[in-house]
Amino acid sequence: MTGRLEILRAGALTTVQDQGRPGWAHLGVSRSGALDPAALRLANRLVGNPEAAAGLETTLTGCALRLTRAGAVAVTGADADVRVGDRPGDVGRPLSVPAGAVVRVGPARSGLRNWLAVSGGIAVEPVLGSRSTDTLSGLGPPPLRDGDTLPLGDPAGDPAPVDVTVGRPAPAELRLALRLGPRDDWFDPAALELLFDTAYTLSPVGNRVGARLTGAPLPRAVAGELPSEGIVLGAVQVPADGQPLIFLADHPTTGGYPVVGVVDDVTGLAQARPGTTVRFHGPQR
Amino acid sequence: MRIRPVGAHALLLDCDDPDQVEGWRAELWHRRSAGELTAVEIVPGARTVLLDGVPDPARAAALVAGWTPRPADAVDTAGAEVEVPVTYDGEDLPTVAAHWGVDVPTVVARLTGTRFRVAFCGFAPGFAYLTGLPAAWAVPRLATPRARVPAGSVALAGPYAGIYPGASPGGWLLVGRTGLTLFDPPADPPADPPARLTPGTRVRLAAAP
Repeated sequence: MTGRLEILRAGALTTVQDQGRPGWAHLGVSRSGALDPAALRLANRLVGNPEAAAGLETTLTGCALRLTRAGAVAVTGADADVRVGDRPGDVGRPLSVPAGAVVRVGPARSGLRNWLAVSGGIAVEPVLGSRSTDTLSGLGPPPLRDGDTLPLGDPAGDPAPVDVTVGRPAPAELRLALRLGPRDDWFDPAALELLFDTAYTLSPVGNRVGARLTGAPLPRAVAGELPSEGIVLGAVQVPADGQPLIFLADHPTTGGYPVVGVVDDVTGLAQARPGTTVRFHGPQR
Repeated sequence: MRIRPVGAHALLLDCDDPDQVEGWRAELWHRRSAGELTAVEIVPGARTVLLDGVPDPARAAALVAGWTPRPADAVDTAGAEVEVPVTYDGEDLPTVAAHWGVDVPTVVARLTGTRFRVAFCGFAPGFAYLTGLPAAWAVPRLATPRARVPAGSVALAGPYAGIYPGASPGGWLLVGRTGLTLFDPPADPPADPPARLTPGTRVRLAAAP
């Protein structure tokens, strides 16, 4: 039975996301995909979908939507109020949704983002095998607006027999493991010490492309730009103003500012609100 | 060439010159096809080749150290030469002519007579940086980028020529336009590249009839 998802309230920034479209960076195509891929995979498993199915990623203010057919919905990620009609639900628990019922995800109480999976998955036309919205290049469906409707796929399996899953709290301070390179030699040793000693503050300017930090500017030993080179997820780029930027899922495929180091795991940044303290430490060995 | 570390799952081959980049790109793509190298992404840049999605970077670095790049002019591009029909009416042609110290017809003759090669892609899906112009002909970008450059615009910046696959802001000097579709991604991952101009492709910017 075909169904549709009607977006009643799109919220601040709600996009369709799956596990992204890796493998095309040599053509200038970013990986994109959910900012916390494991959280979206969990939401998919909770409603009986394949992990690669597409769901929604909401930002800070949640969303409201209606299913035109009965199905299951699961919300993962930030702590938020979840309701099916008047019935309260929980983040991290599969919810049975009657046809026509309204699902509401409230504003994040802590953290920033939620992932919402619907049984059958969101079946918009893929691009290069992925339904993810790439906010940098515009590939995939545009960010959702109030009144949009999205096609749903056929349910693949039953919702998972699970009561509740344990979410990850959003810490007031984020500690990120960083490996130096490839361009740490563009900085003198004092700058690298500063990088590991500074309590940075997450700037409100961040988005799906990158998380901007403010703090002690990193002085560079080499001025200017370097010839464009490939960029990876988690790369910490230092532009001319010396304020580091950590690249996230929609990062450009090449860039000309030196990358001082690479963060092992950026998924914590998906829930980090502006103002969060960010510290770097060396990788544990 | 020097191998630089990039996080837990990547490596950067820092090359001596653009020809070596092309040689390593071709060598690594070949090694991956042959099953000798595991990498999700092999991304050439202006002076580098990035390997990303590498399960064991230390082992990959040891493998790479035992290989040699192919000579760039001997790289087999399967006879791929793309002729891009260009209408040379770009509004920055006089600016380019002034930088080069020649008249506009000479600029057009130089561009149509150059055998370009896609050095790397970036900036936008399907945007190819074309090398082939002498370094002495490098031109600066606009001090203030245009808010909107139409799709198909053929332009120059630094030592590169490029073609905007879609409309976007841009600071390159516009020399012409083409109706050729450069990036048309299908729904499912294709067997053939979804971009017309891929790294290594030979390109001519021919005058449109």
